[in-house]
Amino acid sequence: MIHRQTLSQLAAALRARKVSSVELVRTYLARIEASQPALNAFVSITAEHALAAAEAADRALAAGRGGPLEGVPIGHKDLFCTAGVRTTCGSRMLENFVSPYDATVVTRLRAAGAVMLGKLNMDEFAMGSSNETSHFGPVRNPWNTALVPGGSSGGSAAAVAARLLPAATATDTGGSIRQPAAFCGITGIKPTYGRVSRYGMIAFASSLDQGGVLAASAEDAAWLLREMAGFDPRDSTSVDAPVPDYPAGLDAPLAGMKIGLLKEFFDTGLDPQYERCVREALAVFERLGATLCEVSLPNISLSVPVYYVVAPAECSSNLARYDGVRFGHRCADARDLQDLYKRSRSEGFGAEVKRRIMTGTYVLSAGYYDAYYLKAQRARRLISAEFARAFGEVDLLMGPTTPTVAFALGAKTADPITMYLNDIYTIGANLAGLPAMSIPCGFAAGLPAGLQIIGPHFAEQRLLQAAHRYQLETDWHVRLPEQYA
Amino acid sequence: MSAWETVIGLEIHAQLATRSKIFSGAATAYGAAPNTQACLVDLGYPGVLPVLNAEAVRMAVRFGLAIGARIARQSVFARKNYFYPDLPKGYQISQYELPIVAAGSIDIVLEDGSVKRIGVTRAHLEEDAGKSLHEGLGALTGIDLNRAGTPLIEIVSEPEMRSAKEAVAYMKKVHTLVRYLEICDGNMQEGSFRCDANVSVRPLGSDQFGTRAEIKNINSFRYVEKAIQYEVARQIELIESGGKVIQETRLYDPDRGETRSMRSKEEANDYRYFPDPDLLPLELDEADIEAIRAGLPELPDAKASRFVSQYGLSAYDAGVLTASRDLADYYEAVVHAVPQQPKLAANWVMGDLAAVLNKEGLEIGSGRLPAERLAGLLVRIADQTLSGKLAKEVFESMWSSGQSADAVIEAKGLKQITDTSAIEQAIEAVMAKNPAQLAEYRGGKDKLFGFFVGQVMKATQGKANPAQLNDLLKKKLSG
Repeated sequence: MIHRQTLSQLAAALRARKVSSVELVRTYLARIEASQPALNAFVSITAEHALAAAEAADRALAAGRGGPLEGVPIGHKDLFCTAGVRTTCGSRMLENFVSPYDATVVTRLRAAGAVMLGKLNMDEFAMGSSNETSHFGPVRNPWNTALVPGGSSGGSAAAVAARLLPAATATDTGGSIRQPAAFCGITGIKPTYGRVSRYGMIAFASSLDQGGVLAASAEDAAWLLREMAGFDPRDSTSVDAPVPDYPAGLDAPLAGMKIGLLKEFFDTGLDPQYERCVREALAVFERLGATLCEVSLPNISLSVPVYYVVAPAECSSNLARYDGVRFGHRCADARDLQDLYKRSRSEGFGAEVKRRIMTGTYVLSAGYYDAYYLKAQRARRLISAEFARAFGEVDLLMGPTTPTVAFALGAKTADPITMYLNDIYTIGANLAGLPAMSIPCGFAAGLPAGLQIIGPHFAEQRLLQAAHRYQLETDWHVRLPEQYA
Repeated sequence: MSAWETVIGLEIHAQLATRSKIFSGAATAYGAAPNTQACLVDLGYPGVLPVLNAEAVRMAVRFGLAIGARIARQSVFARKNYFYPDLPKGYQISQYELPIVAAGSIDIVLEDGSVKRIGVTRAHLEEDAGKSLHEGLGALTGIDLNRAGTPLIEIVSEPEMRSAKEAVAYMKKVHTLVRYLEICDGNMQEGSFRCDANVSVRPLGSDQFGTRAEIKNINSFRYVEKAIQYEVARQIELIESGGKVIQETRLYDPDRGETRSMRSKEEANDYRYFPDPDLLPLELDEADIEAIRAGLPELPDAKASRFVSQYGLSAYDAGVLTASRDLADYYEAVVHAVPQQPKLAANWVMGDLAAVLNKEGLEIGSGRLPAERLAGLLVRIADQTLSGKLAKEVFESMWSSGQSADAVIEAKGLKQITDTSAIEQAIEAVMAKNPAQLAEYRGGKDKLFGFFVGQVMKATQGKANPAQLNDLLKKKLSG
């Protein structure tokens, strides 16, 4: 069963010529096609491109050449620009937008030999926690199609959970990798801000956006991240620091590692069954030689309000370029310039995007800037400082990824605030720019629960190591939804 | 009728002479076909990011150092948000709260020769916008984004100028400075150097500012002067007739010689400035700044004082000769060849040479008359080969033929006669031909001396050395 193999196993099998890339691509394409009516994980399926790339990969492998991921199928969240293949950002605004260039992440993964099978569905412009804001329809959770997969990287998460792909790229601005990873029972890592280039990754909130990975295991995530990470001169916020060989460090023991439990994450609103899964996972870490202690971040409760000032502020400016002039949706028969702007944007953007543009415009306006934007920035620094203090005492912080398991489609769409509160545990890492993961840690009421692991800046290696050691002891990450097993 | 005082502050936009744009690798050359010098970053494509051009930073620092300003160790790029078709991202990347250059000053010379110091509040880096094109497109408007992303330095003065003339003197001084520093080509027609003028009036003696109007985008010294004069007169007339000046943006229409309202303060955009999250704060350390300082050229004021002390020129002449680096370099190259004659060199450079250049609309650096060649002429004046009058004739010939002074003198036989016996012979011949005048002169009619000079000059085709001729003629005439 090809689809039950991990990405690292597939890479090895390809190199050993036990399987061809064309074979893999055909297998996964078939799974994708079959799943599409139920899951809607893909916006674009690029079968022809993929088969051509797979043939080229097979030739390279036959000649003993090729990168570490040569011939391995992957998919990209549909906000990574791909030359020649449309990049929609889940929006009507970019429904027909074909980028003339590749995102750095796309270029790097292709250089490593990965073969793209398609572009993955997402919340519109990555704004959402349930994948219900996509112009291309909601993605459904492979564990139960009445439920959301989480968002905004819902397509990437559903595709990996149903093994329509061994792994996929994703992005995380306030939890958009970790929350869907938790809801879909897979492994996701949001690296340190600046670790992965944002060039060609369509911006939602520039100071928070970070590209990362959704995969079946920490080991697979390590394989992919090694190829994606690294300095990019085209992104001034990318950090010029060497990229460790993540897979090589996975097996190091955890003995002596200090793990802090995020006190506030257990205090309120956490589903009791979910909490039991998390506590059991923590016990596993203890058995592995780590020591646990409680850590308090008194201002972490400010995360959601701070986020919903900073992110909309940046988005209101980032999305100003969609004006109907050079690319993207343009209204028909514009009477004049104002009409062109108003109708192109009114028609091109969905309700949640508009809500955030308006919020962001408001908080940056004269007379409100100090009260909202500046105050939020101060609170953000406060939260960062609390994390920094915590990492003076512990090596990693752990807690639940979300307060509950996946919820039903439509359950939270009427009330944006309850939807926003779903990201209450994940936003802190974005505000502080910290690397964070979610790994499957059991089932609450039959649905996957996620353990969140947060580390200090550039501690991806440590996160992956802890996650990998845990996954050697547990099998939550290899369990698949029945229909996709 | 009361007396009014004018208060003017200028915001000068100078395009920095970098080869590529401030946040992208696209070329900045002027005049290319529309949209051929705009890359994806300039077009504001989804997913692209700005990367700061280090050369633009270096140029801004050069300017700051040249005006004795404080260079910010940390400056921040901010987004200025507004919708306009020539602004692809929907925001302009500029600097707002923390500009790279803060608090410097520029000295200007007033008409009475006194020096006035004008404060420069700040100078910041920003990107230029594109252009809307209205010609030849019927009812449509075209967008040319070649200029989008061209680096600008915006130089904001204190409201310390008190007349249109002072404003022009300040603007000219900044213009001189940016070209000395080689950070801007100063081409005003192409829009490389332009300004906005904030103008208000107040009763003389008042310490409160009046309500100001901002006149946008003026791109010539003459227009700045005229626009301000018009605006001052308009405001005074308005107030004296019982009206009130409102804070607004106005445009100068050079054809009608008037300013017109563009938008009032109420209609003005709320730009929603905030730090650009795509760019890290710009950090400069002492070593960076000192390295840039070490590369600064001699600046106009320092050069002018040196010209006064080294060459004995008047402050006025020194000021004229240092108005551009090319002119000053040219002058010094001439002086280098005729070191004993700095004043003669100044007179020729500022006089005859400036006149022909001006007439033909050429720059000093055009190479039409290289400094060594002009120096060759001055050598022949200094060694008395040429009289002043002959020199002018030779100069004209040199200008039109491109030949050296010596070649022209040789070809035209214009060499001054300095041979005493030849001049004496000519004098004697003239005396012989004009006995009546000679008698009158000797009888006390001194005025006839000029007559004899003229006759000898005529006989020698103007080539007799005037000083020698004077001496010899006096001797001969007095018998």
